[in-house]
Amino acid sequence: MPEGPGQDEELELTSPLVPLFVITNGRALPPDHEYEHTTLVTATGAENGQVAARTLSPEAGQVMDLVADGFLSVAEVAGHTHLPLGVVRILLAQLEEDSLILARTPIPRAERVDRELVSAVLEGLKNRFGA
Amino acid sequence: MYLDPDVSHAVKILIVGHFGVGKTTCIGSLSEIEPLRTEEEITEASVGFDDLSGTPDKTTTTVAMDFGRLTLSDTLVLYLFGTPGQERFKEMWEELSRGALGALVLVDPERLHESFPVLDLVERFGLTYAIAVNHFEGTTHYPLDEVREALNLTDETPVVECDVRDENSSAQALITLVKHLMSQLG
Repeated sequence: MPEGPGQDEELELTSPLVPLFVITNGRALPPDHEYEHTTLVTATGAENGQVAARTLSPEAGQVMDLVADGFLSVAEVAGHTHLPLGVVRILLAQLEEDSLILARTPIPRAERVDRELVSAVLEGLKNRFGA
Repeated sequence: MYLDPDVSHAVKILIVGHFGVGKTTCIGSLSEIEPLRTEEEITEASVGFDDLSGTPDKTTTTVAMDFGRLTLSDTLVLYLFGTPGQERFKEMWEELSRGALGALVLVDPERLHESFPVLDLVERFGLTYAIAVNHFEGTTHYPLDEVREALNLTDETPVVECDVRDENSSAQALITLVKHLMSQLG
């Protein structure tokens, strides 16, 4: 029996039959420093947001559902939704523009990776694992 | 699943190494969440069959990357990214190395030569690193001095033995790296 290409491939949420530019509405990637892997995002719960939420694409809606109740990193959003990271970044940029989510930069801009921060990491690891 | 609402700092450490060295296992041993996977897009040079000129063209492919999470305090969370060490993934390194505290380089003593491209990338992106020599319980211990010599490491670079399947062993390797990062900050 003839089999089409990719017939036995695992079904994924984003079918390759839906081009990525459709999911992202043709939008381009935000600049590199926006929505990095460790940028934290959450839903704003804004009133006007609920109106806009009704018109979201299924994928954007999925992202919204995921971050509805708390903060997650951009990488976690990609991991849980199984959407490619680039697509997630574009969707998040769109959602932030619509005031549906807010993003927290991983390390506040004014601060450098300094001794205090590394020291806090070391303390945290020691408390967790013992040393 | 969610982070503490007071979380204000998200830091990252890269767990790097060649294919099959145990990055994913290490992250699984340490992470407080079931390790997750991202699909990252990378561009690659390729030559198509119908490309008569033979000029390399760019195509986009995706590469999977595993990562885990460790909450270290109400305000601080650490992410561990398992970063593949091949030259072709250097685009990913550009973003991942930015703001990264450092890198834990996993090394298989039986396949030391495969770690050279990994160390190349780590050094090119200016990451401070420590070496964790993967050691499975029941196998012979590999002299760490020989690893240091074979990999041409500086005296300051920490080299520790590590069973990546073991939470405590992986944690001690990570702690060794962070102590080294502290010492480098002076």
